[in-house]
Amino acid sequence: MNEYLQAERAQEWREVLRKSMKNKDRTAIPRVKMPEVDPEVRCHTYDEVNLGLTEVMAREESHRCLDCVDPTCITGCPVEINIPKFIKNIERGEFVEAARTLKETSALPAVCGRVCPQERQCESKCFYTLKLKKEPVAIGYLERFAADYERQSGQISVPETDPANGVKIAVVGSGPASLAFAGDMVKKGYDVTVFEALHELGGVLRYGIPEFRLPNEIVDVEIDGLQKMGVKFVTNCIVGKTISQEYLKEEGYQGIFVGSGAGLPNFMNIPGENLIGIMSCNEYLTRVNLMQAADPESDTPIYKGKRVAVIGGGNTAMDAVRTARRLGAEKAMIIYRRSEDEMPARIEEIKHAKEEGIEFYTLHNPIRYEGDERGRVQRMLLQKMQLGEPDQSGRRRPVAIEGDTIWLEVDEVIVSVGVSPNPLIPQSFSGLEVTSWGTIVVDSDTMQTADEMIYAGGDIVRGGATVILAMGDGRKAAKAMHNNFMNSK
Amino acid sequence: MNKIIAKEYFSEKVVRLEVEAPLIAKSRKAGHFVIVRVGKKGERVPYTIADSDPKKGTITLVIQRVGKSSEKVCSLEVGDYITDMVGPLGKATHIENFGTVVCAGGGVGVAPMLPIIEAMKKAGNRVISVLAARTKELVILEEQVAKYSDEVIIMTDDGSYGEMGLITQGIEKIIQREKVDLCVTIGPAVMMKFVALLTKRYEVPTLASLNTIMVDGTGMCGACRVTVGGKTKFVCIDGPEFDAHQVDFDEMLMRLKAYN
Repeated sequence: MNEYLQAERAQEWREVLRKSMKNKDRTAIPRVKMPEVDPEVRCHTYDEVNLGLTEVMAREESHRCLDCVDPTCITGCPVEINIPKFIKNIERGEFVEAARTLKETSALPAVCGRVCPQERQCESKCFYTLKLKKEPVAIGYLERFAADYERQSGQISVPETDPANGVKIAVVGSGPASLAFAGDMVKKGYDVTVFEALHELGGVLRYGIPEFRLPNEIVDVEIDGLQKMGVKFVTNCIVGKTISQEYLKEEGYQGIFVGSGAGLPNFMNIPGENLIGIMSCNEYLTRVNLMQAADPESDTPIYKGKRVAVIGGGNTAMDAVRTARRLGAEKAMIIYRRSEDEMPARIEEIKHAKEEGIEFYTLHNPIRYEGDERGRVQRMLLQKMQLGEPDQSGRRRPVAIEGDTIWLEVDEVIVSVGVSPNPLIPQSFSGLEVTSWGTIVVDSDTMQTADEMIYAGGDIVRGGATVILAMGDGRKAAKAMHNNFMNSK
Repeated sequence: MNKIIAKEYFSEKVVRLEVEAPLIAKSRKAGHFVIVRVGKKGERVPYTIADSDPKKGTITLVIQRVGKSSEKVCSLEVGDYITDMVGPLGKATHIENFGTVVCAGGGVGVAPMLPIIEAMKKAGNRVISVLAARTKELVILEEQVAKYSDEVIIMTDDGSYGEMGLITQGIEKIIQREKVDLCVTIGPAVMMKFVALLTKRYEVPTLASLNTIMVDGTGMCGACRVTVGGKTKFVCIDGPEFDAHQVDFDEMLMRLKAYN
């Protein structure tokens, strides 16, 4: 890996670029600001909030990157994108080449440029962050710029694939872990088929993340790219239900990757939680994103609450509350039992939510709901909390302040307190080792399960993580499965 | 895309569709359901599988026109395609030789009951089927039910066919007459509620197959949740059949009206 990076860095064009500007001048450039749609306007549309960098902005930002000898940023990227190489390609104006660099290791660059928590990954390992104590190079914005440029230019490159080797591989689910796995395997010449339970492809990218953060068109283009590389997709097919593990073996599949996701929403099991108008974030977002329920022509119904409370502080909670705002909520609220510092959501999502007028009830926890005579939720009782000692996660534990409660009027509540692994595969496959949480046990280096032909990754292994960690798992599994086939030859 | 192979009207509002679905036909068991979506703007709606022919590669659905989505399915003709169909979903009915089993189906609920009647009979049970409907024209599948039943009792609200009365009266008569080891009931939620109240009084173990609102049908959304024995369960993956004496039918009836 290191040798490859050094060889790439030693190329003449990179040398020339490095010498073209003094580091002092590079570090003096302020970090670019992402252009956004005005909060007043975007509260009423599903259009993407972040507009993307212009060419001028992207090239200016790319000059900030010092093309370090030791590019620590790459260690922060779960799919090990050659970050300096793509950024320097932007600096020299070779935008399509920059996109190609992204595609060397990432199956979904336009997606990652939008939804990765870069501030916790590559950008947290940037020289600016670590040594200069300055704002990092906007790696995520640049990634998005390169991927969008390629797509809009009509010069989409299809990565080269090795000659077909005839080995059939089945992939369960079409979310980020599966797509990353499928992309890597098809490049190595495998005959890859992805089986998806829903009627649309993309998993959480489709049903979970709203269009104002990740337009469906972006997901379509990335999947189209995989199709062009030869990946086959089958929708409406549930492995473990429609077809069995044995069926896959009979059909000659020699390897299986399980990326079936965390499709089981958690509830809090408090009184009144089954009242009408209270639902999981998965239900709410699936209705709006997958079923397009906000479209008047869609047959799928959706509540358009005026006073909407979303329980939780993660990215999904932010997605739900901002969706509620767009569906016409006059009062859209986040209810979170810890303080804002402990919120797992990305800083950008919290910032966007606040700009859109979302109210934050931090250190509040719902303890019961009450409804009207038709069973529709009317109000919720909130327990006020304070922070105590740190718990296992290192975050300060929320403790109830005895007797300090308030009633809040609501007409819709969205529960976003985490998800559990989907039980379909663990229940219907034999030979897997499953934890008491329902996650599949894998070797953390190879993602191989107790059954040597089955690998797994993403939320079915992690229980609930991010798109990019899922993709990292998919890549790791592809590498290990390929090595395994090579060694057994 | 799944092609409609045959279509038959049981009544003006009840349609039987035979649909091409070779993989589902092969893997489905009694009690399973499918999720159906018609048209690109269509809703995902669950329907219990009434029958299948693995050789032909088809499954049978019996659907009553009650709203926009069922209307769309029912208006499909032979040669048309269902846009999306996925399954088989849910847990299959637990079949064994219980002894005497009463299968109580109301209205269009008789259709998903049929495979259970057949399986129960083949497992060696004495099967007594009670079919209930508002009026004569709405009694469906009597002949097929009779094929696998030791006895068939028909109840109509208006007395136009069989005996006049509710399904519960039919069941009660059997329970008073002989020992019943299990009752299985499928039909409108309010009917199942009263069947459960009756059989609880006589301490006859009872299974009810619930048909709640669903979106994905694979455990992902929780729209279908019901309270069973004080605990929240998902009909799509924990059911669709539950111990009827433990089901909170009042909550279920309330939740069925969520979007009305």
